[in-house]
Amino acid sequence: MSRASLFIPLGVFVLIMGLGYIGFDLGARNELPSALINKPFPEFNARLLENPEQTMTRADLLGRPAMVNVWATWCPTCLSEHEELMRIAQTTDIVIVGVNYKDRPTKALQWLAQYGNPYDVVLDDRDGLLGIEMGVYGAPETFLLNAAGEVVYKRVGDINPRIWRDELEPRFRQLGVTLSANLETRNPQ
Amino acid sequence: MIKNPLPRLCVWLLLGLLQASVALGASQIDTFQFADDVEKRRYRALIEEFRCPKCLNTNLAGSDAPIAQDLRKTVHRLLAVEGMSDQEVRDYLQARYGDFVLYDPPFNARTWYIWLVPVGLGLLAFFVLYRLQRSARVEHRGLDAEQQRRLQRIVGGKTDSRN
Repeated sequence: MSRASLFIPLGVFVLIMGLGYIGFDLGARNELPSALINKPFPEFNARLLENPEQTMTRADLLGRPAMVNVWATWCPTCLSEHEELMRIAQTTDIVIVGVNYKDRPTKALQWLAQYGNPYDVVLDDRDGLLGIEMGVYGAPETFLLNAAGEVVYKRVGDINPRIWRDELEPRFRQLGVTLSANLETRNPQ
Repeated sequence: MIKNPLPRLCVWLLLGLLQASVALGASQIDTFQFADDVEKRRYRALIEEFRCPKCLNTNLAGSDAPIAQDLRKTVHRLLAVEGMSDQEVRDYLQARYGDFVLYDPPFNARTWYIWLVPVGLGLLAFFVLYRLQRSARVEHRGLDAEQQRRLQRIVGGKTDSRN
């Protein structure tokens, strides 16, 4: 055996370690890629939380970009992302649709009264059926829809200043959402 | 004769343990109504087959995560109310939750290497084995005539009778 071939085991070892390093470093391994990316948002017909006689369907989402945010009062992360949602609601003209997922309407209304309401409209999904149509497996989840009603982005987990800067703002610009001036000068951490 | 109560106690204890382990090992029990046993068996097979999206390494049958409960309910609804076939149920869940929920991933552009890596490693192993065999054979080949003569010269005509 030549001297160089003595290094083959080392090479194999380094290869395996390298694969392991990449594999464990990929991060967010409990984050599922959404099956809905670049596909139309599912059809639905849901009651409005604040006005139960009224319903909303997928057609009502069309015509302008929208952000669909799945939340619940039982979800602590939903509370921690709430401030950022409020800021986005105040400084952009995007339509924010809340999906109140597997929650009690009275508690949800109380929550919105207490912490403020960033949503243009909130859908009542107390049995989680709309959630299943959307492939939701845990709140909070946020979907970004273009004017044609296609899902262009999905975030599982909270919306925070970093996510805004890295993920949302560039896509908002792409979608042609108006951002107010004080927002553009804002410098997230 | 007074019987020793200890063996009997042990048997009962063992039976109790067995029962407890069976109860622990059993999957989640929901109270669903089925039209017949065939439908029930299909339901059980399907919930065994899908992975719970929230819990990474448990199937729908074995998880008590809320999303797994909801998906079991959904599978039941699709079978019993919507009358879907097994494949339609699979397609329904895959369309919403992606390949992740399938424990048996399809062969496609994103998964081909998972399927091909074992084949590749097998081929590599055969190649390495073949090379090792061949080099072993080369080493055991004796000296040719020229080498014999050189050897004779070096050792000064004294040949080893064992060779």
